[in-house]
Amino acid sequence: METLYPLLHATFANLPDWAVRVAAFLIPIAFIFAVYPAIFALTTLVERKALGRIQNRYGPNRVGIFGILQPLADGLKILVKEDIVPRVADKFTHFLAPVLIVVPGLLVYLVVPIAPGLVAVDLKIGVLFALAVGTMSVIALFMAGWASRNKFSLLGAVRAVAQVVSYEVPTVMAGVAVIMAAGSLSTLTIVERQSGGVLNISNWYVFRPWGLVGFVLFVIGGLAESARCPFDLPEAESELIGGYHTEYSGFKFALFQMGEYLAGMAMAGVTVTLFLGGYLGPGSGTGLIGRLIAMLWFFGKLAGMIALNIWIRGTWPRLRVDQLMGFAWKILLPLALVNIVAVGFWHFLTPRPVAWMVTTVWLVVWVVVLTKCNASAHLEKREYRYV
Amino acid sequence: MNYPGKGLVAGLAVTARNFVGSYFYKDRLITVQYPEERVQTPENSRTFPFLVYDESPDKPRCTACKICEVECPPKCIYIVMDRDEKGKPRQQPKVFDIDISVCMQCQICVEVCPFESIKMDNDFEKSKYGRFNDLVQHLPDLLKSNAYYLKIKPTEAAEVDAKLKAETEAKAAKKAAAAAAAAAKAAAAPPPAAPATTAPPTPPSGAAT
Repeated sequence: METLYPLLHATFANLPDWAVRVAAFLIPIAFIFAVYPAIFALTTLVERKALGRIQNRYGPNRVGIFGILQPLADGLKILVKEDIVPRVADKFTHFLAPVLIVVPGLLVYLVVPIAPGLVAVDLKIGVLFALAVGTMSVIALFMAGWASRNKFSLLGAVRAVAQVVSYEVPTVMAGVAVIMAAGSLSTLTIVERQSGGVLNISNWYVFRPWGLVGFVLFVIGGLAESARCPFDLPEAESELIGGYHTEYSGFKFALFQMGEYLAGMAMAGVTVTLFLGGYLGPGSGTGLIGRLIAMLWFFGKLAGMIALNIWIRGTWPRLRVDQLMGFAWKILLPLALVNIVAVGFWHFLTPRPVAWMVTTVWLVVWVVVLTKCNASAHLEKREYRYV
Repeated sequence: MNYPGKGLVAGLAVTARNFVGSYFYKDRLITVQYPEERVQTPENSRTFPFLVYDESPDKPRCTACKICEVECPPKCIYIVMDRDEKGKPRQQPKVFDIDISVCMQCQICVEVCPFESIKMDNDFEKSKYGRFNDLVQHLPDLLKSNAYYLKIKPTEAAEVDAKLKAETEAKAAKKAAAAAAAAAKAAAAPPPAAPATTAPPTPPSGAAT
């Protein structure tokens, strides 16, 4: 269970046992509380810079060199802002929601391994924990929307609940494919099952037909669950003036932003773990150097996933509510179910080329069928009889 | 070839091209980084009036005729003429205030000025911390050299200079003509006393030779 404990025990053999236990308990907590919020701060800056460049602007470049201190300035600014609570709001719930929204994002990192053996808690039900806890944020969102006593907030919260509940299903189904292939729910085991092959890369699940489909499903589901563009309907500024965080200001608003980003990054981390081989890559191993390289690989892949999120945010327009729901229930869910069958084919068809061929054909056929069935109606040219 | 998500991929390609291109092609970034970079303002752009002087700020072109003060629609100009000890007007302003919080930059003062003295500036960085007295521009703030005028509005200033030069030349020519006419008149019909006053020194020398 405690994966850091044997490591520390072996390294610092002369320390008393209780000190090693406390250290093994505190170090992951400190790490998660320090590293991921730091990545969040950096992400806000990188995102603004990248979105600026996509639109041929500079982005923030005034605070420090290349605007590197911009997150600090933002934090200071938002700390000194007035904290407004609507008079008719449910004060306690209104206060509790932004606190609660940060928790699930941080909890998911508990089961995301960053190097061989380096995971805060090696739960036997790691994937289930990540997916279940990651969705908990919807409670906080609904609390925020309900407690604000504002129509826009409530609309945003209702949208958030509908969206997260809908997209949770195909996301979990896509995860089920990986769980079936790996034969385990433990994230460490899932990563280890992807090791080997050419350069420690070719066995990643994303390089399987079902893995690629699962990866796409999981990325889309992750975007939707963390309410990122193009699924940012719950907080659509142009429609709902911020949705559930309309009535929040000051540091509570910052906590909402932080919770969202942490949840998004957590989903990216889970995606990396399940499909992109986690910490695996050329050079990753169990020694000190191997572990450092493995950490580099993990955080590099995480940065890649964050960059993909930013790229998508800078490109795709927001969906309509009916499109959002139709996409989840009519395309993603059937595809995820079909994908589970594909993993079955992959598992039971013995010569590898045959399995490759059968699963590929199966998935391609179903993708074509689903897109054809869900193609929007082609409208005839209208003829007006009474002009 | 048509495949699901084709438009999405095409969109991603477009944004990627813009993202990468903004690092390699400077002309893509159209933002002007204001305090460091500046756009050249058009020659005919205008902000607030200023007063032109030729050689020194002690002798402005302005004669304190108060035409601009009268014509100014929002009445933002206030002029007091300078007087010497005896109370005789010196034909230059002692006080010349323009309240730029009131000025509406209509350029009417420039149009009515007969002495080419008041002109429109293009300096837009005039923000101040105070709302009232800080925004009143006094005579020292307003006086700027003709060289500055030539620098900010070369065409217009050159025209003005040519006009003024022609005027002074015409005046000088007129003066010269008048002087010449007077001289000719004096030569044609010399008053009797004149030769008598000038002649006397010569005879003794002539007599001596």
